[in-house]
Amino acid sequence: MNSPSGSAAGPADAGKEHVVALGGVDFAIDGKTVFRGLDIAIRRGSVTAIMGPSGTGKTTLLRLITGQVQADRGSVRVDGVDVAGLGRRELYGLRRRMGMLFQNGALLTDLDVFENVAFPLREHARLPERLVRALVLTKLQAVGLRGAAGLMPQQLSGGMARRVALARAIVMDPDILLYDEPFAGLDPISMGVVMRLIRSLNDALGISSIVVTHDVREISQIADASYILSGGQVVAEGTPADLRDHPSPVVKQFMEGLADGPVSFHYPAPDCATQLLDRGRPT
Amino acid sequence: MTALLAEMYSSLRGFLERLGALTRFFGRVLWLSPGAFGRPRLVVEQVYNSGAMSLVIIMTCGLFVGMVLGLQGYDLLQRFGSEDALGVGAALSLLKELGPVVTALLFAGRAGTALASELGLMRATDQISAMEVMAVDPMRRVVVPRFLGGVIAMPLLTAIFIMVALFGVQLVGVQFLGVDQGQFWSQMRDAVELGDVAEGLTKGLVFGVACSLIAVFEGYHAQPTAEGVGRATTRTVVISAVTTLVLDYILTAIML
Ligand SMILES: Nc1ncnc2c1ncn2[C@@H]1O[C@H](COP(=O)(O)OP(=O)(O)OP(=O)(O)O)[C@@H](O)[C@H]1O
Ligand SMILES: [Mg+2]
Repeated sequence: MNSPSGSAAGPADAGKEHVVALGGVDFAIDGKTVFRGLDIAIRRGSVTAIMGPSGTGKTTLLRLITGQVQADRGSVRVDGVDVAGLGRRELYGLRRRMGMLFQNGALLTDLDVFENVAFPLREHARLPERLVRALVLTKLQAVGLRGAAGLMPQQLSGGMARRVALARAIVMDPDILLYDEPFAGLDPISMGVVMRLIRSLNDALGISSIVVTHDVREISQIADASYILSGGQVVAEGTPADLRDHPSPVVKQFMEGLADGPVSFHYPAPDCATQLLDRGRPT
Repeated sequence: MTALLAEMYSSLRGFLERLGALTRFFGRVLWLSPGAFGRPRLVVEQVYNSGAMSLVIIMTCGLFVGMVLGLQGYDLLQRFGSEDALGVGAALSLLKELGPVVTALLFAGRAGTALASELGLMRATDQISAMEVMAVDPMRRVVVPRFLGGVIAMPLLTAIFIMVALFGVQLVGVQFLGVDQGQFWSQMRDAVELGDVAEGLTKGLVFGVACSLIAVFEGYHAQPTAEGVGRATTRTVVISAVTTLVLDYILTAIML
């Protein structure tokens, strides 16, 4: 894997070239296998895209990295530390250095927009109110929602909620930012803003970004590296250019958005004709 | 037959597992509780949420329970020609039984369900996960203040219920049915002891712990779906009611 950003030089330790590294990860939920032998390495300081069909476990991957769920086998390392081996306190210490944008925003419904963004600051740092105000309004300005500071989450549209959540994710200036579908439900203008924001945050603050998304074309413009997941494994990795010219039909199908190909658009089901003719309900 | 036994066995097992989980949860809540007073505002907010929100329903029900008690008590006592004892009879039954038990049932229905559905919804919309990822312990930040708010609110609500109910008894007994005002109050003052008051408030406190714990436990562990939240709410009311009545028997047996 080659990173065009070339900003791999992290701390002195050479083993820390990769900020996040998954090795041979197996993971099953409710007896259903999500990952089998997953290997991913995220280069420090890069924007890495994670793509894949719906339901392949992209959100689950982020939950593994933040230690919300644990791998059945294999290792999940963040900054060289195995997440599974951490106690509650150490895990919380690690998470303070991560910011995560949830797929649906996950704003706290009993706080207004301003307080939602201020939440991590108030919980973790005793800052003077003036500074809190300045930090929160700056971040809200960055996502174009300074004017919405007084609204409650219920008064926001889905796209606005996601932008507020983005402001909240960056308010603590994390080292690692995880984005779950940052572009879903955004209009083209906010999409462009958020795209540039992801890239500029990454470069200005030396953050490592992991972006889960379906929007192949958009992410290709800003990603240094991409992974395509399917069937519990990595099916392709490389720079956006590598993936465009990838020989594998799976990758081609995904990059070009075709319904027919090796990846089934359908959730596993009995044969369609049989099921339609036989009037019984699907089992 | 064996199927029936197997069914009973598995539901007993499920019950015991749940009880074990509840006990562990309770332990953790207690362990974290002293820390919550470092941020009293969070607790005070929840006392307001649980307490002030239940106030109207508690007072309305208290008034009517008291008025019914006035009618029934008068009817019973006048058969023995001792209507004047209405005050003391009503006061004791309210302090020792009706006050704490009815308040707890109402509390479970009003504040308990609100707590459970709020927490369940926070779980279903990833708010709990979001806090965890922000390195904020949701037990500390969300669960414990809500639990303590309920625990503090319950004895206060019990006291208010009893006072309003006594007013209701007095209204019916003295104003409508003509029991002697002086006798009504003076007998009450002579016969009711501090121990009776303590018994009522102890029950209120214990029921408050039980009902708040059940509500936050069910809400926090709700399945993260709309249906799961609904189920958690229902379970809160049912389990709280049963637990309250069972605990009431145990407490009465101990304190009598
Ligand atoms: N709590 C859960 N219980 C049972 N199965 C789950 C649970 N969470 C996820 N799964 C399963 O794990 C698989 C991966 O889910 P995940 O949410 O990670 O997918 P995703 O790649 O993020 O999909 P999308 O792009 O639609 O968000 C899915 O097939 C889903 O059925
Ligand atoms: Mg997802």
